[in-house]
Amino acid sequence: MIKAFFIIAITLLFLDFTGTVHTYLGWCAKIQLVPAILAANIAVFLGIILITLIFGRIYCLIICPLGILQDIISIKKRFFYRPPRKPLIVLRYALLAAFIPSLFFAFAPLAVLLDPYSAYGRIASQLLGPVYKWANNLFAYFAESAGSYAFYSVDVWLKGIAPLVLAIVTLIAVGISAWKSGRGYCNTICPAGAFLGLLSKFSVIKPRIDKEKCKHCGMCAKNCKAACIDTTRAEIDYLRCITCLKCTKSCPLGAIKYAPPTGADKLSKEGLARRKLLVGTTLLASGFATRAAANQFDGGLAKLEDKKAPVRTKPIAPPGADSYQNFHDRCTSCQLCITVCPNQVLRPGITKAHVSYERGYCRPECVKCSQVCPTGAIHPITTADKSSIQIGTAVWNKELCIITKDKVACDLCARKCPTAAIEMIPFPMIDPYRCIGCGACEHLCPARPYSAIHVEGVETHRVI
Amino acid sequence: MEEISNSMDRRDFIKLVGAGAALAALSGCGTQEKSSAKQLEVPTDKMTYRIDPKNGNKVSLLGYGCMRWPRISRAQKESLTEGSDLDQEAVNKLVDYAIAHGVNFFDTSPRYCKGFSESSTGIALSRHPRDKYFISTKMSNQGNPSREESLNIYKRSFENLRVDYMDYYLVHNVGNHKNFKERYIDNGILDFMMKEREAGRIRSLGWSFHGDGEFFDYLMSEYQWDFVLIQLNYLDWSNVVESNRTSVSARHQYEVLAEKNIPAMIMEPLLGGRLAMPHYKARTMMAQTDPNASAASWAFRFAGSLPNVLTVLSGMTFVEHLQDNIRTYSPLAPLTENESAMLNQVAQIVLAPENRNINCTTCQYCMPCPYGLDIPEIFTHFNRSLNEGNFPDNKQDADYRRARRAFLVGQDRKISPIRQANRCTGCQICRKNCPQNINIPQEMQRIDKFTETLKIDV
Repeated sequence: MIKAFFIIAITLLFLDFTGTVHTYLGWCAKIQLVPAILAANIAVFLGIILITLIFGRIYCLIICPLGILQDIISIKKRFFYRPPRKPLIVLRYALLAAFIPSLFFAFAPLAVLLDPYSAYGRIASQLLGPVYKWANNLFAYFAESAGSYAFYSVDVWLKGIAPLVLAIVTLIAVGISAWKSGRGYCNTICPAGAFLGLLSKFSVIKPRIDKEKCKHCGMCAKNCKAACIDTTRAEIDYLRCITCLKCTKSCPLGAIKYAPPTGADKLSKEGLARRKLLVGTTLLASGFATRAAANQFDGGLAKLEDKKAPVRTKPIAPPGADSYQNFHDRCTSCQLCITVCPNQVLRPGITKAHVSYERGYCRPECVKCSQVCPTGAIHPITTADKSSIQIGTAVWNKELCIITKDKVACDLCARKCPTAAIEMIPFPMIDPYRCIGCGACEHLCPARPYSAIHVEGVETHRVI
Repeated sequence: MEEISNSMDRRDFIKLVGAGAALAALSGCGTQEKSSAKQLEVPTDKMTYRIDPKNGNKVSLLGYGCMRWPRISRAQKESLTEGSDLDQEAVNKLVDYAIAHGVNFFDTSPRYCKGFSESSTGIALSRHPRDKYFISTKMSNQGNPSREESLNIYKRSFENLRVDYMDYYLVHNVGNHKNFKERYIDNGILDFMMKEREAGRIRSLGWSFHGDGEFFDYLMSEYQWDFVLIQLNYLDWSNVVESNRTSVSARHQYEVLAEKNIPAMIMEPLLGGRLAMPHYKARTMMAQTDPNASAASWAFRFAGSLPNVLTVLSGMTFVEHLQDNIRTYSPLAPLTENESAMLNQVAQIVLAPENRNINCTTCQYCMPCPYGLDIPEIFTHFNRSLNEGNFPDNKQDADYRRARRAFLVGQDRKISPIRQANRCTGCQICRKNCPQNINIPQEMQRIDKFTETLKIDV
């Protein structure tokens, strides 16, 4: 039930382009582990740790969308194959080791690929998103025939080949591993899984095998999604256990119980270890906190060439990102912002999202990306904040401007500038202290395919 | 909160669709009322005809304006920026239907429908005997007024329309001395046309008018004309619309023509369809007078009731428009005094400042805009929203949120976002082409500001 809720909720977040769902379900993205770490969301981070220390890897089991996806894929599979005694433990911790530094420094491409939440986001928005939008457009078509305005048509367009390929490859890889070995991804690749696995070794409540009752029949191991039960020794490898509790149900002898420890000596030993661990995590958390601060005929339509992106010497980060560096460091490329951006300004790159104005500009009334970002790559802002945050400045190109090229009057950029930063004298004079880099001028500029005015990013956003 | 109301809308919509389907299934089983079918009958032999005093031609009161031929479906429209986008099969059907129901006058121009109206009309008409229809086309040399190019235009019209004489030929869209002199006097084309009339290749020579009253009187007194094509409807009858440089009412033009016994042809009887869908207060008034009469039928009866009118041109895109108009004129029931008074009141409502439309008749003379705007569609959406009460101009209205959504969503549906009012560069190129003299860039900015206010108000 809870699993179904989370996967549906998170999938909806990635599909809904109207922003309606986010009002109610946005928190589902914010309680994801890696985004919470990047956003320095200490409450969520500590909450997940606490839950893991008490109940085991509940997070992996019912909150992580990629985990649930794997369960859905293998839902019809009755038994999983028994793993070799030594799992790919070296690979697992090597990946975790490689992942941790990327949390502190730039969120590296490798990390983007590994983070389970973002991997799921890419699959949902790249593969399910178009289907959802086409369905919506079908409704919009019928609504239009019926004279209703309840649905409106949206563009479905290929935002980039690389993200699409990445999503397909991820889905295939995760799919195969899920079908063959259940939670193979969680226990071999996933850095979040590796980290929480280390904690769950010390969980208070966990599945325990009563060695006296166990007859080593192997039923539990066959049903185990995490391939973590050694039946000959009647032991569970808690580094891999995701507390799905299939074993407790499948044991014909009732020899496995999900319970707190019984022996007093065990308790004291584990308690000590847990205290050590807690101290460590607190230190870790404080580390995140410091990072957070940072004429002939009548009629017909003129043919319009599609706009092409200008070469920007400095990239643009959306308002709320504080700086391109912060945006770059924290973005896990989950594509939530891209899904909700109604102006088609945000789009996926190979690993990081980026901003461009060929299909729309960053409109003054919209702050949706800042509200949905779970990692703190884009911080929440209000529309009032937005109107004074400079994310870039406009640059005019005389050769491309229709005033020079077509010898006609034009003042579109000046007229449409929401901050009145452009004055026609009679060519556009740009006030760099008023321009916020929203891209209205660039997007609306009649020069095609390259706009005669374009926005260059600023490294650090400033309030003007 | 808008988000909440949106989701409610969706639910309501789905319910509506479901209920509609159920209803449709039910009504399929019911019996049809005979009486309503009779009311919708389209007579084939009751058309009112007028006799042209100059040559005795028996012309149907309903004339077919070939400026608004059906285009192939909208989905393909965007990709067809070049070449003809007319649906020839549909054009043929409309022409056949019109002729079968007594319409015998067809008016076109080399400029219409991106220049493809003449050939399309020619194809459709050439399938009928030449003596079954009258054809009318124009000297439309707005692009290049040289003698050579004008003669080419003249020659091409014969080829396109597949005829060896023109029943009616017009000097297209004149309105002031300078323009008239440049296009028709200096290059000797008017003399040429006079000679063609003597030679019999032009049977009747006239002109179409959009311009100042002084020039109208000058043209009337200076030359011998067989007919004149004027803009006339119950709005323009006595009111001179502000933005229109025609500082002369339709009434004056009509009266001058009647006095000289020169037949008047009527264009824009519906103002490009605006009078088919006038402000809802006006529609209410019409419906109270006759619940079954369409708004368009009132406008046609107004124009047709004037005895010196030879034919009333209507650019009928859909067969339903054609059927409605044929019914109105088969035969014409002239307006009674009470009905005229009602239409006068309707004109007051439509012209009231708060209801006033942008004076566009969607003639497409401004198109294509070099920067890609769909000018007529932008104006049409604005006018329709106003007339249908989808005009979110007051936040205090209980209906504001719904009207706002209808306006914005409707706008995106009808006009591609890269062709909307916010793209106007203010280059002024369109202005000189507008026969209604609309200050197009200024109106674009007004619509853009209005749209922007709505968009920001999330």
